[in-house]
Amino acid sequence: MVEYASYPEGTQPGVNSERYFRTSQLAPSQPFVEAPVTLSEITGPLFPREGVSQDEADLTAGGKALGQLMVLAGQVRDEDARPLPGVLVEAWQANASGKYRHPVDGRDAPLDPHFVGGGRAVTDSEGRYRFVTIKPGAYPVPNSGNWWRPPHIHLSIYGYAFLSRMITQVYFPGDPLNELDSIFMSVPDDAARERLVAVTDTSVGLHEHALGYGFDIVLRGRNQTPMEDEGLQA
Amino acid sequence: MSIAPTASQTLGPFFNYALPFSADLTGGGKAEGRAIFLRGRVTDVNAAPVRDALVEIWQANAAGAYAHPLDRDEARPRDPHFNGFGRVLTDAEGGFSFTTVVPGPVPFEGNRWQAPHVSVAVFSAGLLRRMRTRAYFPGEELNADDPVLAAVPAGRRPLLVAQAEDGGFRFDIRLRGENETPFFGD
Ligand SMILES: [Fe+2]
Repeated sequence: MVEYASYPEGTQPGVNSERYFRTSQLAPSQPFVEAPVTLSEITGPLFPREGVSQDEADLTAGGKALGQLMVLAGQVRDEDARPLPGVLVEAWQANASGKYRHPVDGRDAPLDPHFVGGGRAVTDSEGRYRFVTIKPGAYPVPNSGNWWRPPHIHLSIYGYAFLSRMITQVYFPGDPLNELDSIFMSVPDDAARERLVAVTDTSVGLHEHALGYGFDIVLRGRNQTPMEDEGLQA
Repeated sequence: MSIAPTASQTLGPFFNYALPFSADLTGGGKAEGRAIFLRGRVTDVNAAPVRDALVEIWQANAAGAYAHPLDRDEARPRDPHFNGFGRVLTDAEGGFSFTTVVPGPVPFEGNRWQAPHVSVAVFSAGLLRRMRTRAYFPGEELNADDPVLAAVPAGRRPLLVAQAEDGGFRFDIRLRGENETPFFGD
């Protein structure tokens, strides 16, 4: 039987964080309600691989985007280290100038016509995903006293359950902005924070073409059965 | 072997690569059941709107069946026109609106049933974690015996019951402050 225990102590940022001031406006002041885990929580949306084309994992328009070409690749597993096939991973990020193709990003930095800024992939039979992209630039957070977000890639991941759904960010090794970043530093546990930093791994890159970064993801849950061929009917 | 789950991080303000999911879960009205809207506003500690928040819902169909392999019961058939998942970004007023159907009751343990409900989650810039809650429906007899609603302090339970409006239901999500929506532990 599948199990979804609470997140182990220290693996997640606090709901309220002194480092990340905005939580004092948005995050609940009351403690979470502890309720039983039911059928409603151990089920969740599934995404058949046919619904996502391979092209959608290339954010560079076939290598035309400006910046440091790179591959972001890794494996999605559960807490028992079982690979999770058929998991939808969405990625979005700033371009090499630190500019998002988004109406809310009002900063005067150039857009790149060849960089859409987002893509998605479904994990293969070994739970692996892979994006071809460019290394994003750092960007300033408006009205924040000159806080610059370090280069990062946003990832959204759907496991097999509403409970294992999560959104995170991938950081780059050795960037001095990491330790100054309120969002990265909101994860209090050193080891948990380090797991958000990609590993330089040229073997996952493209030979003499794109740098490689590895980033493995662990979703909450144990004793899961792969549901790769159990896509939604609708 | 046990490995630690990856840490959650904020959605950020720039999520706009929407999956091809509309806010209409009924397949343009083809799903079985009573079609309704489920709408509301996401607000902060000052009751100000939270825009560009990602609101996701997951629910059973009108027969109380989830479109998922862990839910197989002939008494609660699947509906080929309803998969039970929707997501939408809030607008400048913090508003969101789904078109869906009223779900049937779903099993709990033994002979106990859960009242009709929609699982709701919110991600937003300014939140480091997902906020997970449930919307229940007014006037449902099963509300009184729902095991999850029962875990909420009695005084806060009404905050999880949507309000009937003409054609659907309103479920406001007050992230913090007065009448703060109860959220479940992750
Ligand atoms: Fe970002």
